[in-house]
Amino acid sequence: MSLNTQTISSLREQLSAGDISPADILDSLAENISKSDVGAYLGHDLDCAKHEATSVDLTKPLGGIPIGIKDNINVNGQPCSCASSFLENAYRAPYDATVIRKLREAGAIPFGRMNMDEFAMGSTTENSALGKTINPHDVCRAPGGSSGGSAAAVASNTAIATLGSDTGGSIRQPASHCGVVGLKPSYGRISRYGLVAFASSLDQIGPLTRSVEDAALVLNAIAGHDSADSTSLKQDVPDFTEGLSDGIQGMKLGLPKEYFGDGIHPAVREKIDHTVKGLNSAGAEIVEISLPHTEYAVATYYILATAEASSNLSRFDGIRYGNRVENPDDVLDLYRRSRAQGFGPEVKRRIILGTYVLSSGYYDAYYNRAQKVRTLIRQDFLNAYEKVDAIISPVSPNAAPLLGADKDNPLQQYLADIYTISANIAGISGISVPCGAITSETGSNLPVGLQILGPSMGEQSLLRVARAAEVIQQS
Amino acid sequence: MNKEQIDVRYVANLARMDLSEEECTIFQGQLNAILGYIEKLQDVDIEGIDPTAHNSPVFAVLREDTSRPALSQDDLLRNAPESALGQIRVPKVVDA
Repeated sequence: MSLNTQTISSLREQLSAGDISPADILDSLAENISKSDVGAYLGHDLDCAKHEATSVDLTKPLGGIPIGIKDNINVNGQPCSCASSFLENAYRAPYDATVIRKLREAGAIPFGRMNMDEFAMGSTTENSALGKTINPHDVCRAPGGSSGGSAAAVASNTAIATLGSDTGGSIRQPASHCGVVGLKPSYGRISRYGLVAFASSLDQIGPLTRSVEDAALVLNAIAGHDSADSTSLKQDVPDFTEGLSDGIQGMKLGLPKEYFGDGIHPAVREKIDHTVKGLNSAGAEIVEISLPHTEYAVATYYILATAEASSNLSRFDGIRYGNRVENPDDVLDLYRRSRAQGFGPEVKRRIILGTYVLSSGYYDAYYNRAQKVRTLIRQDFLNAYEKVDAIISPVSPNAAPLLGADKDNPLQQYLADIYTISANIAGISGISVPCGAITSETGSNLPVGLQILGPSMGEQSLLRVARAAEVIQQS
Repeated sequence: MNKEQIDVRYVANLARMDLSEEECTIFQGQLNAILGYIEKLQDVDIEGIDPTAHNSPVFAVLREDTSRPALSQDDLLRNAPESALGQIRVPKVVDA
């Protein structure tokens, strides 16, 4: 069996037994990357990874496992472009993000820079300024986004596992569209130090993997408090693989009635319903719940996320790193033209919107109000978790979109985030697990993901439900 | 709060980012549509509700003010678009 198609847990057994070496895995991946037309990678450095592989400790939990890294996470000495012209060929990371340091401490080898929507803004990876990624299941369709490269690489067997970042669904949605597992941990579970900030109160790093167990293994390595990120929580990090297959007997799972309305594609709905029946047969009690402020989530999100983005992206001014225009008239001209030249349309659009909602006279009407609605959305979830252990929903109302589908209609694209963004607004944990595929008009099989949402710091039971859903899918 | 009020060129100036005529026209229409949609937040009763800035129950995290290792000057200047004499070079900002 080719090494590039296997799970972390399977590779770890062979590495521990001495049957294979980390270099064998890297060679297998590199060979498949060179043959692949998916475009998941922005770059990879095989020599560098192989050199690192000579000194990894194979007794560590991820010893010898290559992990692809979304190109908005700093890996010392490597470019970190955020798929933006602003940083392309103009920035190399001078340090390791905390998650990279932790991966290395666990024996993993960061390998490859995954394509993404520019600065993680988008849901199709088409906003990348540096390359096109297609959906491995249908060349006419997008992989989802913004962690589209991270998802497509695992799905196309050019990565074993990857890291992504999720600000409004950017791990879960591409995982759903590509048919892999994608985990967005609770806000504060993982340090964001070294992740290029998009919306700091919403961003969270997480793994995209072939199995729920693999997601737990990567989470084990990267979770935990970090003094360099004051929002990371001083919480114990349990072994997330423990009890994974204990089943869901007696657990209560909630179906939010607001998530099963008219907007959802009937074939997607059918896959979700089928899996919910299976979870019920596996011993879980299924109850209807209500998240009454759901209809305000998209509006709240696009105020908070763009406001934070406009502030975070002000650092890209052409002074200390990144793009700088030639012969500026003065420093203002340098800022204005360096930014105009370096940013793509979606980034500009969001900076304008975010600057507007924070501007004098509009702050209370937009930003302050959105922060209050955020409190209500968060309260909806706290109320729900008094009644249920986890919430079940689709990840996206539809399967993967055609490339270019909503190119000129950003609002239409934003509305498709409806099932994923509330988890970021409320800071809770969420995961996408494959639950079947639907047939497109052209006969391709498009994966559908089931979303499971758990309370803040509830990853252990979240992963257990995810494992149960995975078993249903495999049976 | 009138959804037609956004002046894209004015806001772009606040954001220190030039926009072409074409970008202004496209963004004007798209942002009007988005702001029109966002209007729905006006329907929510937020009387007496506190704002939530983020979901981490930690605030005002402090550390000891002690020296610790940091990136070197060379590390940082390596990414600078222009540098000289161990410093980042910028256009003149103060008139003599």
